[in-house]
Amino acid sequence: MRHTISILVDNEPGVLARIAGLFSARGFNIESLCVAETLDPTTSRITLVTSGDDWIIEQIIKRFNNMINVIKVQDLTELTHVEREMLLVRMEATTETRAEILRTADIFRARVVDVGPKSYTLELTGDKDKITAFLELLRPMGIKEIARTGSVALAREIQNYAKIGDKR
Amino acid sequence: MARMIGAEMFFRTLIDQGVDIIFGLPGGYVLKVYDVMPKFAKSIKHVLSRHEQGATHMADGYARASGRPGVVLCTSGPAATNTVTGIATAQMDSSPVVVFTDQVPTPYLGSDAFQEADHIGITRPCTKHNYLVRKTADLPRAMKEAFYIASTGRPGPVLVDMPKDVLIGEDEFVIPEELNIRGYKPSTKGHPGQVKRAMEMILSAKRPLIFGGGGLIWSNSSEELKEFARRLQIPVTLTLMGLGAYPANDPLFISMLGMHGSYGANMAVHESDLVISIGARFDDRATGGNFGRFAPNAKIIHVDIDPSTIDKNIRVHCPIVGDAKLILRQLLELIPADIKADRREWLGRIGQWAIEHPLTYRQEGDKIKTTYVIDTLSNITKGEAIIVSDVGQHQMWVAQFYKFTRPRTHITSGGLGTMGFGFPAAMGAKFARPDELVISVAGDGSFQMNMQELATAVENKMDLKIILLNNRHHGMVRQWQTMFFNKNYSASYFEVLPDFVKLAESFGAKGIKVTRPDKLEETLKEGLYTEGVVLMEIVVDCEEMVYPMIAPGGAMNEMILEPVDMA
Repeated sequence: MRHTISILVDNEPGVLARIAGLFSARGFNIESLCVAETLDPTTSRITLVTSGDDWIIEQIIKRFNNMINVIKVQDLTELTHVEREMLLVRMEATTETRAEILRTADIFRARVVDVGPKSYTLELTGDKDKITAFLELLRPMGIKEIARTGSVALAREIQNYAKIGDKR
Repeated sequence: MARMIGAEMFFRTLIDQGVDIIFGLPGGYVLKVYDVMPKFAKSIKHVLSRHEQGATHMADGYARASGRPGVVLCTSGPAATNTVTGIATAQMDSSPVVVFTDQVPTPYLGSDAFQEADHIGITRPCTKHNYLVRKTADLPRAMKEAFYIASTGRPGPVLVDMPKDVLIGEDEFVIPEELNIRGYKPSTKGHPGQVKRAMEMILSAKRPLIFGGGGLIWSNSSEELKEFARRLQIPVTLTLMGLGAYPANDPLFISMLGMHGSYGANMAVHESDLVISIGARFDDRATGGNFGRFAPNAKIIHVDIDPSTIDKNIRVHCPIVGDAKLILRQLLELIPADIKADRREWLGRIGQWAIEHPLTYRQEGDKIKTTYVIDTLSNITKGEAIIVSDVGQHQMWVAQFYKFTRPRTHITSGGLGTMGFGFPAAMGAKFARPDELVISVAGDGSFQMNMQELATAVENKMDLKIILLNNRHHGMVRQWQTMFFNKNYSASYFEVLPDFVKLAESFGAKGIKVTRPDKLEETLKEGLYTEGVVLMEIVVDCEEMVYPMIAPGGAMNEMILEPVDMA
C-alpha cells in the first residue's frame, strides 16, 4: 500500500542522508521525496512517499522516531489530509497541436509558464491522479520532458467530520 | 569564561563529563590534541593501543564492565575506518562508546586530502548518532550531547568528528548547562495501563517464563529481577547478552536459551503460556530464527526501552516501552501482598527436561575438552571472575558452563559476533574494575585478530589473564562444516600458528602451556595466581562440538542433541 509520511527534522547537513540510508539499508524504495525549510528555519519538513505492507511501514516509522534529528513523524495515510504535487511539462508545439495543448491545459487549470517557437511549458498542481491524467492526455501530442516535485502533504485540521456531527 | 583552543576544550569537556581514561592512537591531524594532552595527564589517563580497532574494543569493554561510556580518540582516514568494526560491535550490543576522530581541516573536506575519509558517512548506519563539528565554539556542546545520547535510552556508540581547524582554532569555552535535543526524549517509566495489563496476564498464567536480555544489565535491574522472579516463583532464562543478570546458582535459573541454549530453557520457552521478555530483542540466535513457531502457546509481554524492537521479529501481546528497572519496580508494586505463587508443577516439568538432557560433557581420552576447561575455571573462580569471551565455540561453552553470579561479569560480542573483540575488551574491563579478576577467554582464531594489544597490556603493567583455547581451527566454522557441509573442512584449519608462549614472552608477558587433562587444573591455578599479563595456552580437542544446537531456522523445541550429519 502507498503511504505518505510527513517528517519534521532538524535543518542540518546529513539529515536527508540518514533518512534515505534507512531505506537503502533495507532495500526499500522511496517513490518521491520533497524537502524544504518550514517557518522555523532550524526545521525542515520532509514529505516522503513509499510503498510497503503495514508491518514494514510501522518499522520504518519506529526507526525514524529513533533518529536523533527527527522531531516528529506522521503517517498521513492514516489521517484525512491534503496532498499536492507540481508538474512542469514541456510540450512539442506544432501548428496542429498548439490549440489542443492549450485547451487541455485550460480544462486542467494548468498555466503556461514558458513559450518557445516550438514548445509550450505548462505548470500544473494537483494530486497524483490529476497529474497522471493530464500527462496521459498530453502524451499523444508529444511530451519533450517533464519534472515533478513529488508529493507535499499536510493533515487536515478537522480529522473526523462524523464525530463532529455526533457532538451536535 | 575563558578563551582557549579546541584541543583544550576537548580535554576540559571530557573532565566535565567524568571521563578519566581514553583509549587511542595519535596520527596526522590529531597531533594538536596529543600535544595538549600531557597538561591533563593527572585527570585523564591515555592508553596507547596498537590498533584503533583494539582501542575501540577496549572502550567497549570498559563501558560494559562499568556502565559508563568508553572513550576513543584517533586520527582521520585509516584510523577512523579501523574503529568501524568496534563501533558496529558496540551498536549491536547497545554499548555506550564515544569515538572522537580527527578530520582534515574544514576547507579541505571532500577534496580527497591525505588521510581523508567520510567518517560521518561511513559510520552513519552503525552509530546511534554522529556529529561533524564545524566551529570551535560548538565542540563542548557536541561532546556533551554525544555523551548524553550514548549513555541514555538504549545506549549506543556516538562518533564526533573534529576537523583540525576546529581543534587549533580559539574561542570562548562554554559547556551548555542544559541540553535540549528536540528529537531525542528517551522514555523511562512504563505506561501504567500496560503495566497493569501485564500484571494481570502474569497472575493468570500457568507456565510463565522470564526471558531476560542485555537490557537488564544496562539498566542495572538485577536486584529488581531477583525480587520479581522470587516473589512470583517464575523461572528465569537469559539470552547470551543477559547472562549475569540473574545468578546461575539460583534454583529458578534454567540456563541460557537460544541456538546453543540448554534443552530445559528452550523447551520451557516452547511450552510456556506466558513469555515475559525484559530487555531482549528476540533475535534469530535467541529464538532459533523460526519466528512463526516461537513459543506457539504463549502470550508475550515485551519490556524494552527501544520502541523499534517491539513487533520487529515477534508479534507481542503486551508491549511496555521504557527502562527495565523502572518497569520492574512498577510491576513489583502491583504484586498482591497475599500472593502464594505455586509453580511446583511447571518448575517440576522444567527440572525434568534438565534431567533428561542436562548441559554436560565428558572429559575422556588424552585431549583436553574445552567444556572441561570452562567448568574447571568456573569452579576455581566460584563464578565470580569477569569473563570476557571472544567469538565461536568457546564463547558458547563459556555461556553454558561458566556459572555467572553477578551482572557485568560476562562480556562478549553477541550481536555482531566480532572475533578479536575479547582480548582488548578484557583490557578495557580491567581498566574499569582494577580490583577484580579479569580473564580473557579466547580461541586461537579470535586471539590472532587483535593479539598486537599484548604490547599495550604489558606497557600498562596490567594484571590480566588470557586463556587461549587452541584447537588449531576456526572451531565453530569446523562444527558447521561437520554438520552441514559433509565434513568439507575448507579453510578452517591453521597450518601455521605462532608459538603462543614465545609470542607472549616476546611482548614481555608470561606464557604457559598445557596439553594434558590431568595438568589442566594446576596450570589454570598457576596462571590465575601469577601477577601480570599471563597467557595460558591450552591445547584442546578440535572435534568437540557445541550442543544442543537449533539448526538455523528451526523452532526452539527442535534441538540437535548429539552428533548427526545434516548435510
